Amino acid sequence: MRADVKKVKPRRASARGRQLDPDTLSELRNIIGDERIDSTLRRRDRLIEHLHALQDVYGYLSMPRLRALASFMNLPMAAIYETATFYAHFDVIHDEQTPPPKLTLRVCDSLSCRLAGAVALHQALADGADPEAVRVTRAPCMGRCDTAPVVSVGHHHVLNANIRNVEAAVERGQVQPEEVSWQRLSEYRSAGGYQLLADCRESRVSIELLAKELEHAGLRGLGGAGFPTFRKWQAVRAEPGPRYAVINADEGEPGTFKDRYYLEREPHVFLEGALVSAWAVEAKALYIYLRDEYPGLHRVLREAIAELESAAIVEQGFVILRRGAGAYICGEESALIESLEGKPGKPRLRPPFVAQRGLFGQPTLVNNVETVYWIPRIHAQGAEWFASQGRHGRRGLRSFSVSGRVARPGVHVAPAGITLNELIEEYCGGMAVGHRLLAYLPGGASGGILPASKADIPLDFDTLQEHGCFIGSAAVIVLSDQDDLAAAASNLLGFFADESCGQCTPCRVGTEKMLTLLERDTWDEQTLQQLARVMADASICGLGQAAPNPVLSLLRDFRSELASSNLIAKG
Amino acid sequence: MSDASTSYTLILDDVEVQAFPGETLWQVAKRAGETIPHLCFKDAPGYRADGNCRACMVEVEEERVLAASCIREAAPGMVVRSAGSARVQEARRSVLELLLADQPERAESPDRASHLWKLADELAIDVSSVRQRLPARSERNEPTVHHVAPRSDALAHARGQDSSHSAMSVDLDACITCGLCERACREVQGNDVIGLAHRGAASKVVFDFDDPMGDSTCVACGECVQACPTGALMPATLIDGQGRGDSAMADRTVDSVCPYCGVGCQLTYHVKDEPAPAESKTGAQRGRILFVEGKDGPSNQGRLCVKGRFGFDYPSHPARLTRPLIRREGVPKGLDPDFDPANPLTHFREASWEEALDLAASGLTQLKAQHSPDALAGFGSAKCSNEEAWLFQKLVRTGFGSNHVDHCTRLCHASSVAALMECLGSGAVTASFMQALEADVVILTGCNPAVNHPVAATYFKQAARNGTKLIIIDPRGQALDAYAWRSLRFSPGGDVALFNAMLNVIIDEALYDQAYIDAHTEGFEALAASVADMSPEVMSTLCGVEPETIREVARAYAGVDRAMIFWGMGISQHVHGTDNARCLISLALTCGHTGRPGTGLHPLRGQNNVQGASDAGLIPMVLPDYQPVGDAQLRAAFEELWDTALDPEPGLTVVEIMDAITAGTIKGMYILGENPAMSDPDLTHARAALAALEHLVVQDLFVTETAQFADVILPAAAWSEKSGTVTNTNRQVQMGRAALSPPGEAKPDWWIIQEIARRFGLGWVYDGPEQVFAEMKQGMHSLDHITWSRLEREGSVTYPCPADDAPGQDVVFSDAFPRAGGRARFSPTRPLPPDEPVDEAYPIVLTTGRLLEHWHTGAMTRRSRVLEEREPEAAAYLAPAELDRMGVTSGNDIQITTRRGTITLTARADQTMPEGMVFVPFAFVEAAANLLTNPALDPFGKIPEFKYAACRLSPA
Repeated sequence: MRADVKKVKPRRASARGRQLDPDTLSELRNIIGDERIDSTLRRRDRLIEHLHALQDVYGYLSMPRLRALASFMNLPMAAIYETATFYAHFDVIHDEQTPPPKLTLRVCDSLSCRLAGAVALHQALADGADPEAVRVTRAPCMGRCDTAPVVSVGHHHVLNANIRNVEAAVERGQVQPEEVSWQRLSEYRSAGGYQLLADCRESRVSIELLAKELEHAGLRGLGGAGFPTFRKWQAVRAEPGPRYAVINADEGEPGTFKDRYYLEREPHVFLEGALVSAWAVEAKALYIYLRDEYPGLHRVLREAIAELESAAIVEQGFVILRRGAGAYICGEESALIESLEGKPGKPRLRPPFVAQRGLFGQPTLVNNVETVYWIPRIHAQGAEWFASQGRHGRRGLRSFSVSGRVARPGVHVAPAGITLNELIEEYCGGMAVGHRLLAYLPGGASGGILPASKADIPLDFDTLQEHGCFIGSAAVIVLSDQDDLAAAASNLLGFFADESCGQCTPCRVGTEKMLTLLERDTWDEQTLQQLARVMADASICGLGQAAPNPVLSLLRDFRSELASSNLIAKG
Repeated sequence: MSDASTSYTLILDDVEVQAFPGETLWQVAKRAGETIPHLCFKDAPGYRADGNCRACMVEVEEERVLAASCIREAAPGMVVRSAGSARVQEARRSVLELLLADQPERAESPDRASHLWKLADELAIDVSSVRQRLPARSERNEPTVHHVAPRSDALAHARGQDSSHSAMSVDLDACITCGLCERACREVQGNDVIGLAHRGAASKVVFDFDDPMGDSTCVACGECVQACPTGALMPATLIDGQGRGDSAMADRTVDSVCPYCGVGCQLTYHVKDEPAPAESKTGAQRGRILFVEGKDGPSNQGRLCVKGRFGFDYPSHPARLTRPLIRREGVPKGLDPDFDPANPLTHFREASWEEALDLAASGLTQLKAQHSPDALAGFGSAKCSNEEAWLFQKLVRTGFGSNHVDHCTRLCHASSVAALMECLGSGAVTASFMQALEADVVILTGCNPAVNHPVAATYFKQAARNGTKLIIIDPRGQALDAYAWRSLRFSPGGDVALFNAMLNVIIDEALYDQAYIDAHTEGFEALAASVADMSPEVMSTLCGVEPETIREVARAYAGVDRAMIFWGMGISQHVHGTDNARCLISLALTCGHTGRPGTGLHPLRGQNNVQGASDAGLIPMVLPDYQPVGDAQLRAAFEELWDTALDPEPGLTVVEIMDAITAGTIKGMYILGENPAMSDPDLTHARAALAALEHLVVQDLFVTETAQFADVILPAAAWSEKSGTVTNTNRQVQMGRAALSPPGEAKPDWWIIQEIARRFGLGWVYDGPEQVFAEMKQGMHSLDHITWSRLEREGSVTYPCPADDAPGQDVVFSDAFPRAGGRARFSPTRPLPPDEPVDEAYPIVLTTGRLLEHWHTGAMTRRSRVLEEREPEAAAYLAPAELDRMGVTSGNDIQITTRRGTITLTARADQTMPEGMVFVPFAFVEAAANLLTNPALDPFGKIPEFKYAACRLSPA
């Protein structure tokens, strides 16, 4: 009738945008549970758990299921999608894309595994695999650098991997995590375990006394920041409740595997330390954020927590175990908290600090696994015992994760302040046969690279700053004369670029540009230096701030090596 | 914030500067005269600083790394270096360089005048040298982030180039992932479409699940476009075929008010002047609106919805009237299917203004002379200005000589106003919708603000995010349900029962506020007695809500300190519409929830000036400011002001006028900007009435359906072509300003009304709206302390206003109500069935309303490119199960039949619809919903029951 209004578009059969399919929602409820009955299933912080549940069952996340999950959670589609696409362990498959094959092989491509031949192994596995049945992909550090190279077959990790043992695992269908033999609750209790927790709760040990002990022992945050533990307690306690305690079990710094070492052996020592920490800040709940690369440990901790619950040592639901989903940045405490809340792991700006506003906006104590592990042991053996362990004027014990070109890689508990030369000689059985020390990374990918000429400086918090480096989580990767330093730097920058959360410009763009510059035949030193300055000065978190460290180290201490490979001008 | 006693000082670049608690370093610097470079931070209300772009870094003494000034709170004694620090300067430049490295060339970019490019100029960055030093992303063989599976190049939005949306253009090559669009969409507007997906260099702005923008759930509010600092998101009108654009190409900007709903958003037109066309007699520059931006007005703080932002082009539609038209001899009145409004000369001939005005007026004066003043009636418009409403009712009252003047308020909130006048003594809202932000509980009932008052909805969503409990009470589901604490889906027509049950709970459980009731009300005992037998158990069967839910909601409303009730036409458009509103008023009075911040009663007004038009007296029973025509003393004041005797008899209302035409008493009409041939109930009857008029003058922008019945059509100026004031739902009187001159010979409505008045022998000599406003102030105390010049200066003043230099009152009736004795009155009600309950023959409830994109009868919105492209066709909205039952697949045609007519239109599955109900928007002439609606009236408000008619459905 109104001829001036012309029809322009075809008919639309529904409201705009993706519509909910009620059948998919029912299917979802069969897997996750019914949110209409248990409304806690709708809590935003459960999102990553739900995504895991769907990924585990179907092997990927389809659009209709994510749409149904948005209705289930009463969240915007965009919020679901942001979280699902942030994490590497979720396969988000669009309508026009093909779902991945049933089995995924992940070949670790972090530095230690690269040194052990991961690139060639990846190629060989990819060449030999039937792409319909098996997907071969690269992955960042899996925390098993002492047995490099490592390949995960589903959830099963093949150590000292080669084409034969990986293919054998595939053939056997061995996709479940390897068995872990751990100290059970009964064993730990008969050795006096949980006495400290009981003493704390029954006021036989006061918070003041325990804090004094930790201060005296010199216990510091062993995740890498080295903040004195007792002071963290005080800071959190100074804030009004409710408060939370969170354990950072997301060790992802390439070369680091000490937390796995402790959790696999003595999970209850760790749990007691964690519960004492929670007690110390009168936490409402204790969250443990465990990296998804440790599926075997997930079972260990689940069972250990169940033991505690059935022994009535903790209330049902007080300890909450959460799975990471493949994002290094979630080892950063505020990113970890975002992830616990079901969001992409993007670090928060500080202030406010997590001690002031952390999980769910409440004051939160975040501690590394190893840090709390030492609490029962320090109390049992005395602060003085721990403090007296140092060397070269340093105090305490450090758990070095040593990998690379040494004869006996592994976790070596050694005095703080030990030098690299001493560490290699006394603990690692010397260099690997045929290798001569060229350089070492004292603190994983972030801590910079030191030359062999600096292998006699004490390794500890605060001692490496003057050399442009830091010890971080004490992940020592040893490089030899057979290793390519520039390739190592590219590998590290590639890691940072892949793991950058993308939030701030210096890190998101800077890591990418730096990596591209490093991959050129010659290095533009001036541009690299300028990039490094803005990244270090203006990135939001430690990832971007530390990402240039390997490059700066090479430009500082390895100029002749760079010059001899024509990357920089000689002289 | 401005309390100097709480201020402190810090050092900024060696100078001591003042700061106030809560301020960021960026804000402190700004006040000190330095605008620190910023990209991801938008200095506008509602925008949270995020600190991610790192362009605004400053150095804070004793800190290892630099700090983002936009988010870093200042503290006493801080020592900060900004422009004075080389380290800071280098960091800012380096950040800009990183962002510019992968930008399209400026000449090729979607916005060469973007904030980003301006900042690059400011920092004197040489982009070509940047590109030499920093490698382009395209240099990489493989992406840095490995777990992202690439998407197909065949997709509509491949590689981030997306023109799938009719209003906005996306070019992610220019995106710097600063997240402003995400905050605009999710936090400012709460539309929840945009996300920042993936991570690292793969970070990407996405719509829903990385869908093409045009296929996403985007509601096209355009907030993202307004926020984007790079042009990655741009109004499609600014982008050429090569994806290039320039947001600075406007010659001038004009601040005005949105012409659509009652929220009254302030906006800014960006106008490009164009040389006068050769045929123009006046030689006036015409100009073209390029795009519209939200302005920081008191009811919108810079926000707009799809209509306000993208629905601005209807005045330049080819069908626009530019010359007066006179019906050709022998052409019958009616809707001719072959008539083309863009080519009206088949049925009408062009005429000069002189001839058209003479004919228009003489037709009316002759009828008056032949019969009596009662032979004439006029419909004014809630879309015109206050001044035009004033002139129109003055013309009818002093020229026509009767009170037969009404407008569309009759069809929207007449019953609400009736109840408010009766119980409170005032028909306007007691508090603005901004007060929802102060409330603990907000009830939204019979309204769908995300569709009909989208910008008000953003504040409800914001309130909900801040912890306010939203309670939505409506038979249909809606977008705001996602934010609701409880959503009650009651049976259509069961509202009075439900509200009485809530009152029963509040009184039975003694949750009422005795002190308030004693001090401010009368008639509580009668109310208590009346609701005593209406327990939730008894009422549950009538309203379909579980008794426990009724109790829970009643306790929630009564139990908090501050609660508000908002309602829309789901409440008013019933034969029991006044009873519905009385119930809501009783709820508020019982609990003492009026007169304080965060409390109140607020009927959400539907049209841009329905509040102002009603205030100005476009109502048959009252003079301006709701002064009853029957009151001799009040009437005498106007007789003196206008120097004319006035008819003491209240006039007829909209539907009554239609009936009077049919009855033969009314024979001539002047209709300004109203479209009863689309908007009245039972259109067959209404259209027959229009056809039966001996003389009809229609004044509009287009040959509307109503104009197709006219003898004379007068071409009027559109809102963006004239100046005047309008009053929004919050009682804010706001200044509208002309951005363009009218096309051809079109004239402002005030001028045309005056010309008609002169031909009635009224010696009007107004030279513009300012003079009219001055006269209005003499008859309307509501405008005290609000002058034209103040409005020109401030843009908006709320009435009532206590002083020339004081803001108006956002919340009213704190001490007393404007009734005799100052007390509000309870008015008890009993549940009544709908006029036409469903039965075996007509088993489905038909309900009608608006769409987000289409406003009222579609005369404007269906002639706006973006709005029409977004919703081009009439559809009936049904629960999927209802479609299944009929055996019809969504997207196919169905027939809807009531006792009054049948229409055929597309069926659309809608998961928010209850079974047993169908919703049809009334904007589509090709399937006019009002052919079906029931003209039965509410006895008090005389409003038809648009929200309930019995119908049956069948496949077409």
